[in-house]
Amino acid sequence: MAKGVKPRVKVPKSASAGETITIKTLISHQMESGQRKDKEGNVIPRSIINRFTAEFNGQNVIDVAMEPAISTNPYFQFDSVVPESGEFTFTWYDDDGSVYTESKSIDVS
Amino acid sequence: MTTACLALFAAPAWAGPDDDNLVINDELEMVTQTAAPAHLENVDTIYSGWRFRTDETQALQLDDFDNPAMIFVDQAMDLFNTVDGSEGKSCASCHESVEDFKGLHASMPKVVDGKLVVMEDLINTHRAEAMGAEPWKWSGGEMQAMVALIGLQSRGMPMNVTIDGDAAPFWEQGKEMYYTRYGQLELSCANCHEESYGKMIRADHLSQGQINGFPTYRLKQAKLISRHNRFRGCIRDTRAETFAEGSDEFRALELYVASRSNGLSIETPAVRQ
Amino acid sequence: MELTRRQMLVTSTAALASVAGLPAFASATDDLIAELTGGASLGSGAISLDTPEIAENGNTVPVSVTADGAKSITLYADGNPVPNVATFNFGPLNPTRSAATRIRLAQTQNVVAIAQMEDGSWQMAKNEVKVTIGGCGG
Repeated sequence: MAKGVKPRVKVPKSASAGETITIKTLISHQMESGQRKDKEGNVIPRSIINRFTAEFNGQNVIDVAMEPAISTNPYFQFDSVVPESGEFTFTWYDDDGSVYTESKSIDVS
Repeated sequence: MTTACLALFAAPAWAGPDDDNLVINDELEMVTQTAAPAHLENVDTIYSGWRFRTDETQALQLDDFDNPAMIFVDQAMDLFNTVDGSEGKSCASCHESVEDFKGLHASMPKVVDGKLVVMEDLINTHRAEAMGAEPWKWSGGEMQAMVALIGLQSRGMPMNVTIDGDAAPFWEQGKEMYYTRYGQLELSCANCHEESYGKMIRADHLSQGQINGFPTYRLKQAKLISRHNRFRGCIRDTRAETFAEGSDEFRALELYVASRSNGLSIETPAVRQ
Repeated sequence: MELTRRQMLVTSTAALASVAGLPAFASATDDLIAELTGGASLGSGAISLDTPEIAENGNTVPVSVTADGAKSITLYADGNPVPNVATFNFGPLNPTRSAATRIRLAQTQNVVAIAQMEDGSWQMAKNEVKVTIGGCGG
């Protein structure tokens, strides 16, 4: 598990049915690109988060394939409709096999 | 290719601070421009470094979610509640709420028992004495996250460091450093940040070198950078053998540089290039 | 007219300069795009790509892209050692087919966005972003 990885998400607490909401997500991760060299001149191996998904009540909202060109502490902003109350699940997949998740419920009237 | 070069040279050589207004989270109005404190002889108006950055960089500080520094503040909150050291305590064991630290950052550095101390000193001394915990590395992730968390409690308050009384000799030492030319390039802080702020140094827009936003999230390193780390970088860039983080010289310089921004709002944690 | 050595040098350098002006990676990105689209033609106008004109630091450059009716959008940076940046795949609950993120750009270059639309057609947008090296703080 990469060190000090912490997700942060911003989802409105409530919305009306069918409303479009904006979601922001951030996760602290070095995103070691595999391009850098250490003091001895050896390449520091790539170690990034390679995929991010957001689902609402099990349905996919966005699925991002990520390359080393995504900045350290990957940030995403995107929209979703919310047809009913439920839960957003956010998942980040690390090169090293770790999986980080965060969830947020939303109240839809 | 030649036309592109020409376009770059045609860009204005002096473009002062912009006119943008900093309001954080749509509610916290920040003072990014004010009359220079009385002790400044050569400057009439002081500006926050925020005013010299591009719109895109400025935008990153407008909202506590978009601000990439906040994720480290979150980590510091976790550290605040984590037991560490031989006494089996966490910060929270004695300090009920981190909000108790409101105003502390705005008054630092300050003199305690005849010694000039900065925030990192307070934290490490406290960790040793109250918690029996190992000191944190000066510019390490944990230390700067904690400095940012405590600094955040003063956000919006004016920088207000004391420069007289016990602080006077340290302040004078810092002031002398500020106007001393260092390195093969023989540059003093004042050469760039007092005489040339607003000018471009290569492609970088020179600010007044204020430290009201530190620790700041620098896009370059994509992490929180401490005041001493920046002083080191600046002096190293004059091609000088620079002082160490946590040195007495840098403590004195920190007091002086902080006093140059007395009146500007604390922006900790700021976002800069 | 006699072709002097000086004239030869001048003409051949000029010729080289005009060819050398093309970033070496541009063709690598074109290849990747052709691979993605199967060589299909790329329309424009239905995709919008927002990037800063000058990036204060190449480490963290905010970009956002929108394509109404797109299934997915792929981003490339044609001057990076590896041009691929990200692919956004949109699900049924995604109303605006837009995404914003922060990317790394190694040098001044084009950011290219390719959208695959619901009807199978392709759209492209391309913006140049100037990436500067700071004077002091670097």
